[in-house]
Amino acid sequence: MGRGGSRAAPAAAAPPWHVLPDEVWEHAFSFLPADSDRGAAAAACRSWLRAERRSRRRLAVANCYAASPQDAVDRFPAVRAVEVKGKPHFADFGLVPPAWGAAAAPWVAAAADGWPLVEEISFKRMVVTDDCLEMIAASFRNFQVLRLVSCEGFSTAGLAAIAAGCRNLRELDLQENEIEDCSIHWLSLFPESFTSLVTLNFSCLEGDVNITVLERLVTRCRNLKTLKLNNAIPLDKLANLLRKAPQIVELGTGRFSADYHPDLFSKLEAAFAGCKSLRRLSGAWDAVPEYLPAFYCVCEGLTSLNLSYATVRGPELIKFISRCKNLQLLWVMDLIEDHGLAVVASSCNKLQELRVFPSAPFDAAEQVSLTERGLVDVSASCPMLESVLYFCRRMTNEALITIAKNRPNFTCFRLCIIEPHTPDYTTHQPLDAGFSAIVESCKGLRRLSVSGLLTDSVFKSIGAHADRLEMLSIAFAGNSDLGLHYILSGCKSLKKLEIRDCPFGDKPLLANAAKLETMRSLWMSTCSLTLGACRQLARKMPRLSVEVMNDPRRGCPLDSLTDESPVETLYVYRTIAGPRSDTPACVQIV
Amino acid sequence: MSPPLEPHDYIGLSAAAPPTPTSSSSSSPSPAPRLTLRLGLPGSESPDRDGDCCEDVAAALSLGPLPAAPKAAAASAVVSAKRAFPDPAQRCPGAAKASANDKQQASPTAPPAAKAQVVGWPPVRNYRKNTLAASASKSKAPAEEAASGGGGPMYVKVSMDGAPYLRKVDIKMYSSYEDLSMALEKMFSCFITGQNGLHKSSSKDRLTNGSKVDALKDKEYVLTYEDKDADWMLVGDLPWDYFTSICRKLKIMRGSDAVGIGEIGAVHSTSYHINTSTNSAFY
Repeated sequence: MGRGGSRAAPAAAAPPWHVLPDEVWEHAFSFLPADSDRGAAAAACRSWLRAERRSRRRLAVANCYAASPQDAVDRFPAVRAVEVKGKPHFADFGLVPPAWGAAAAPWVAAAADGWPLVEEISFKRMVVTDDCLEMIAASFRNFQVLRLVSCEGFSTAGLAAIAAGCRNLRELDLQENEIEDCSIHWLSLFPESFTSLVTLNFSCLEGDVNITVLERLVTRCRNLKTLKLNNAIPLDKLANLLRKAPQIVELGTGRFSADYHPDLFSKLEAAFAGCKSLRRLSGAWDAVPEYLPAFYCVCEGLTSLNLSYATVRGPELIKFISRCKNLQLLWVMDLIEDHGLAVVASSCNKLQELRVFPSAPFDAAEQVSLTERGLVDVSASCPMLESVLYFCRRMTNEALITIAKNRPNFTCFRLCIIEPHTPDYTTHQPLDAGFSAIVESCKGLRRLSVSGLLTDSVFKSIGAHADRLEMLSIAFAGNSDLGLHYILSGCKSLKKLEIRDCPFGDKPLLANAAKLETMRSLWMSTCSLTLGACRQLARKMPRLSVEVMNDPRRGCPLDSLTDESPVETLYVYRTIAGPRSDTPACVQIV
Repeated sequence: MSPPLEPHDYIGLSAAAPPTPTSSSSSSPSPAPRLTLRLGLPGSESPDRDGDCCEDVAAALSLGPLPAAPKAAAASAVVSAKRAFPDPAQRCPGAAKASANDKQQASPTAPPAAKAQVVGWPPVRNYRKNTLAASASKSKAPAEEAASGGGGPMYVKVSMDGAPYLRKVDIKMYSSYEDLSMALEKMFSCFITGQNGLHKSSSKDRLTNGSKVDALKDKEYVLTYEDKDADWMLVGDLPWDYFTSICRKLKIMRGSDAVGIGEIGAVHSTSYHINTSTNSAFY
């Protein structure tokens, strides 16, 4: 874009806007909060592209294979905070072969080279090795935030490198990672002079922790706001830690069980009473009901309560939750049952997000009394409820229709009826009508997971009505190719589609190939796809990476298979980096 | 614009489908109409999800090197594994696991799983599964016969001094200390160069594996475990059933490091770790 205007203004007037220097645009772009807005601005013209990319500080790479690390470093040279996600979502449930990929090492290496000023690194579902952590500790002199979510491949040796090397570390946030325990006292490697910690989350660590060292660390880090412990910290030590850090805002208790002792109870109660800023609480694994009242003094202030690993049940649990009148987020096990959720509905009117997890997902005999009633009650009484994840064993269309009517403001609705193909238990009909009501009523729905007995007609509704839907998860549903066709030809905003065990075949995939380039990724496993269609898709769409995976335990030389061979798993994603070179033997890019 | 698609009826369901047999142990007195539900690849043999084809399901659930069994059914037996790998264990562990996971199939002899567990369903994260399995075993520990295998598989980590990585085993799959030690021996034998295998110094094993005692005079290994109080104990003192309910971790220690464990008194876990940290490969 050149100097289009012919305004030969007098010297005193400001220059025309399109010749303003880059720094002005960079400052303007700093007010754009969303990366997508910045991306849109960058696409307007070359000078905006230059100004935007040179001033981008935060970068989120939602698929680590969509672009190469070098691409990212070259395009955005000034990045200070980077987040990279790796494996597809279904890796959480064991559907992705173990050595599939998503290594963090290339990203760390590129960052060490091109982004020496990086302060924050987040990895999700990636393989992070101890070498990566050592490189992070050695390469970034102002490194402050390390967040690892659902990662694997590292041990306490890597954590030791971080503790010893990152002088300015503010956040060490380890969420649900698989961490090998090398029996290294990594906590003691934080130097005595180190006081900058604001967040320390090691709840997923299975090993022991030196409690004296932890106490000293907590004492000298006066800005510590988030502390999430693992299950190696006994209850009385927890009380000590709280007394040393009364300023904390978020606490993960780890274990919360011990034989009941009135002394210990009083100690805990007093410790919690001192935590006037506590707003978010999690943990309470193995919680002993008699100790729950120790929390009572903080209930009023809690906005977030995560009891999703707590196997406590009964009246003490319900009484405790009912006192948390300001809860915005509640994660519980289905042990709360319908009557507990009814109490939540009447007490926690500010609730925005509810997740109910199954306590015995594989054991149909141990049934808890959690049904559609609980969800109906909560959605009726909590006007701000917008995000739900609900595991249950039965559902009706009527309940879903009622929920849809009461809560048109859902942005995330994930319902998992544990037994596949479960119909409406009163009418024995598929649950098409119920889910259709949800998508028709909730115009802002961004994420949806369906379950139960469903035919193609529900996908017709979803395709037609779910205009803002970005992520859709389907399992054991549909009865023909039409189902997939409805989704791919509709759903204007779809970014991620994951499907398993549905009778969807080649035709809708090939007919809607162009749609796939507008999406981030598509996962289809145990459907009716053939290798020939995947090959055809790859030929037709060169900017997609078409990965085919078969059972890793069967030797699978995919090259030798015919076009008619069935494909167990297909994972398609758009990429500017071309085919990746780190696939294991059972994954092939066609 | 899109080409006409003929819907082909894969599952055999129409819109007004008869109800799926959900809980075969409860509700309907007369069996619901059998639906041809298929798990696995189209056209492949697949065990029915109904309870009738017990033998097929049991065969498909047996672990070990997999034959042409369809992925879904065969893999279901390892649904709770951190990775979907078959455990290299012997003698009908699939049947044992199936009975552990489906309590409603209470037949004592051949325990087929009418609900063949599908890989990754319900969608519960591996991390959550492992955490809940660990806490379920802890809460069932006191005085309860854990032989019925309630609560699902009980995975414990097994570490060995000098080995570069750890392993996990489901101790509920073994019925005795001999079983366990044989399996561990197979698993870790690759780390012992030039020796025949491991020797567990519990008194029971000395009697049964007498031939191995002298083979490893200079490299004796001792099997220890961490109990629910986080103390490291010598394996072999407790009745097997009780042991499986309280064992949290296993560690194969060099005999020289194991002095003071068990007989003299439980070593506190923290100080024990300090002793071994010098052996760990760190910088």
